[in-house]
Amino acid sequence: MSHARVRWISGPVLRAAAQGPFSLREAVHVGPQALLGEVVRLAGDEITVQVYEDTTGLGPGTEVRGTGQPLAIRLGPGLLGNIFDGLLRPLTASGSVYVQPGARTAARTEYGFTPLVVLGQTLEPGTVFGEATTDSGRKLRCLLPPDADGEVIRISAPGRYADDAPVLELRLPVGEPRPIAMSHVWPVRVPRPVRRRLAATRPLVTGQRILDSLFPLAQGGKAAIPGGFGTGKTVLLETLAKGCDADVIVYLGCGERGNEMAGVLDEFPRLTDPRSARPLMERTVVIANTSNMPVAAREASIYSAITVAEYFRDQGLHVALMADSTSRWAEALREVSGRFGELPGEGGYPAYLSSRLAEFYERAAVVETLGGETGSVTVMGAISPPSGDFSEPVTSHTKRYVRAFWALDVKRAQARFYPAIHPLQSYAEDAGALAAWWRQQGNSRWPELRRQFLTLLDDQARLERMARIIGKDALPVRQQLTLFCAELVNEAFLRQSALSTIDHRAGPERQAAMMRTVGRFIELAEQAVAAGTHPERMSELPCLRAVQRMGEDIDEENLPRFAELSARMEHEFGQLSSQLSDPPSSQPDADPGGQAGAAPTHPTETPHAPPTAG
Amino acid sequence: MRPRLLVEGAATGLEGPLLFLRRTLDVGLHEAVEVLGGSPAGGAERRSRLGRIAALDEEQMTIEVLESTAGLALADTVVRFVGAPLDFALGPGILGRVFNGVGQVIDGGPPVAASARYPIDGLPISPVARAMPRDFIETGISAVDLLNSLVRGQKLPLFSGGGLPHDRIAVDIARHARLRHVEGKTAADEFAIVFAGIGLPHDSAEFFRHSLEQSGALERTALFLNLASDSSTQRLLTPRFALTAAEYLAFVEGRHVLVILTDMTNYCEALREVSSSKGEIPGRKGFPGYMYSDLATLFERAGCLRAEHGRHGTLTQLPILTMPADDIGHPIPDLTGYITEGQIVLSRDLDRRGIAPPINVLPSLSRLMKDGTGAQYTHADHPALASQLYAAYARAVQARVLASVVGEEGLSATDRKYLAFGDAFEQRLIHQDGARTLEQSMAEGWSLLAGLPRSELTRLSDAQIAAHLHTP
Repeated sequence: MSHARVRWISGPVLRAAAQGPFSLREAVHVGPQALLGEVVRLAGDEITVQVYEDTTGLGPGTEVRGTGQPLAIRLGPGLLGNIFDGLLRPLTASGSVYVQPGARTAARTEYGFTPLVVLGQTLEPGTVFGEATTDSGRKLRCLLPPDADGEVIRISAPGRYADDAPVLELRLPVGEPRPIAMSHVWPVRVPRPVRRRLAATRPLVTGQRILDSLFPLAQGGKAAIPGGFGTGKTVLLETLAKGCDADVIVYLGCGERGNEMAGVLDEFPRLTDPRSARPLMERTVVIANTSNMPVAAREASIYSAITVAEYFRDQGLHVALMADSTSRWAEALREVSGRFGELPGEGGYPAYLSSRLAEFYERAAVVETLGGETGSVTVMGAISPPSGDFSEPVTSHTKRYVRAFWALDVKRAQARFYPAIHPLQSYAEDAGALAAWWRQQGNSRWPELRRQFLTLLDDQARLERMARIIGKDALPVRQQLTLFCAELVNEAFLRQSALSTIDHRAGPERQAAMMRTVGRFIELAEQAVAAGTHPERMSELPCLRAVQRMGEDIDEENLPRFAELSARMEHEFGQLSSQLSDPPSSQPDADPGGQAGAAPTHPTETPHAPPTAG
Repeated sequence: MRPRLLVEGAATGLEGPLLFLRRTLDVGLHEAVEVLGGSPAGGAERRSRLGRIAALDEEQMTIEVLESTAGLALADTVVRFVGAPLDFALGPGILGRVFNGVGQVIDGGPPVAASARYPIDGLPISPVARAMPRDFIETGISAVDLLNSLVRGQKLPLFSGGGLPHDRIAVDIARHARLRHVEGKTAADEFAIVFAGIGLPHDSAEFFRHSLEQSGALERTALFLNLASDSSTQRLLTPRFALTAAEYLAFVEGRHVLVILTDMTNYCEALREVSSSKGEIPGRKGFPGYMYSDLATLFERAGCLRAEHGRHGTLTQLPILTMPADDIGHPIPDLTGYITEGQIVLSRDLDRRGIAPPINVLPSLSRLMKDGTGAQYTHADHPALASQLYAAYARAVQARVLASVVGEEGLSATDRKYLAFGDAFEQRLIHQDGARTLEQSMAEGWSLLAGLPRSELTRLSDAQIAAHLHTP
């Protein structure tokens, strides 16, 4: 291997005099602790290296050793249920309280292996050649690396083997036979090949009503979650990691808080996967580069995460990747770029920020794998815009590459209205393609109700601006009804507490039932107003409180209770109209006497004579 | 460790805080040095300054001097190489002592009997080794205890402004902070306090010292003072020395430590000053692009460790920062808010109206509240009560905006009730004359909600309403 000696060093960047060939993006080991680095520039006999760890103590003369390989990570059955640093080195390996610089490798772990191919068989790249069984009993496929094919000349018997021990040998078309283990190594910056990309047809069910019902994300899609501090990005991503219906979750904590990672490690083993009923941790890979860990590794962590996601996708699984937060990644890019002395672009970020973001998000897809199966990687990236300003470079560039935009709103967060997703600033481009799926789920009115809810919320924003000038009571009755209904959509449907034991996740059926209930209430309210009832009367209905709290009160096992609730609504609205038809007045809106007569229990209620009525 | 080496006459240049030397010996990046040279006052007196090696190449090394370089000359400057990163010698008996910004004793007493040296930059705690902070701390302040609960191991800053009583609040918290229902309370349950004054005016420093002394808390406090008149580059070191001492108290001596860092705005200003003198590319408002990572290396030094590591102490941080022009979008509060676990925001408007403490609860937040409240920790109905109070107060503030334009008469009956709720909320719950227990704060909260129609209380279950709100 090639060697080099350090000439100059500052922070995580060093320049060294090379003896022997180095290639761009080659991984190197620096100094006696073998700190991991990557060659980022070549000039004559000098290489520039970005070091992924703390460089304290290094100086001129320190040795740099080339590896001859690009920066790569080992993918295998040991990933699930574990926590790694940004370069996919296990954080559990050291046993120390602190993250120390230097190489760390996992203790060799053995897994059960069952071969699925026979001697003499010719294998294509990406073929499933065996099955690995983890200690928790989960079965995972062993894949031939995407760059290996040939005839099987040795295959191990069923048994327990270390994940990097060769269990298969291939005769290649040319050259030496190639040994293959249960795990293999893949460079992080190279997308794993697939047979072809497929069109998105079904959503990633997140269990969050505002997402699934209003702003759905397709499986294999990509979503951005921008929000200022305290708007609930992390809680939302964690909720999605707990509740979404993916087979594997890759959770990347990129430049975020150590306590949050501790929270994930504390909570996930105790929670249950909604699909397999196994502990949630068994479907999760956590990659953590907390804000106080070396900055340069933050830049690499996002590639490690998506490569892990692609590896599981290639096994025919549906993977969800949560990246919290891509802004920290972009800042790491900016910091390292500054050290190289590159010309800064917009906001100080390097000019290639946009293309790097595009490369990352383009790795999300539904695909036909090399093995001929369907798998997907869905990416959800949080963005932390400075002072919550969505016009900054990371947000605006990301917006061009994602299909769903879930904007978090400070006002909603301050009222502790969670999830604080702003229904007017958010969008979902995949919504049209997913109507068919909702129809299969028995919610044939989904597109219509979705449109109605969004229109109501849009009207609400407009009317509230107007009410600020003329007063709410001066609005025409129909507009007061709009405000009332929009508030109902917010309270009864969109608000969903991540901490509630019942409501933290809503399955598609429950979402559909709740959507129909709210839709029916609005219909009844419209009919009642058309018949002359004032909207204020409806806020007195006892069933209103039940509708507003149905998410908290009716769980997945008691879906028929939604029908009971609807029946109660019909009954109470019926009474309302019968009260209305009792008194002689036929124009209650304009007649104070009729109003008082219709509402004997509310004598104080002021009659309204809106300017447009009559 | 290598023996201490002296280098004389190797200096080739001086630019602001940067000293350039010919490289005559083998040293490593970030190692500490001591620079001896003329004093800023001139004359024959020689002064020692701390520094560290910032960059190295084959011929030259760049030393970042962490104090004023005024008075240094090239010819007679002597540099002593320590051969290790900056560290702090610590041992038992640091409580009750006063240090300057670089960890030297300044209370006239003997030096600290050191048992070991600890690098001041610390090491990142592995997320795997962290335990989830869960122990609720009662501070006696309703706006914190009831609505934005603090837990042991959290980092919760106070976002304040010039002239607001943040010092008073920090002292009150330091004085009252206690765990609830601890059986057989021992001295170890009391918080040890590490106070770092960063660029602090003399009278503020005196206020803290005096208040802590009066309440008898001074014996369990270690004070680190970098006064406004001290070197601004030293301000970058003060929190690091203070946190190293705090980590020692928490993870070696096993105490529960509360660290008060004030004022972090001065720290960030110093960071900007040093960065610009190094000729780095400035980011937002002239602050360096790495300010987020730099602040994180301080704030992330809070937390608690899993039981199996046998280190039972905890480190809770209460940084104070004054928002320039009361702007929460300014880079200093903005980046801090992205790192810390919430924030307590003070409001000038409430202060003017005589509400004390003037905590504006809407932008305030405690991210770890969900982990330290509820049946196991405080009260089963605590989270729902807090959520309902928040929803109602947010609505009240909305109604206030409406009323300011169309007048109170233009509001609906419900909105008028909210208006009354908003005023009562500020005057009866936020404002307080003495410390309250959590039970007292909760009782006040329930009594406020009694003034709103039941149909509005959508965040409470029927059972909670029946239990706490008696129909009048």
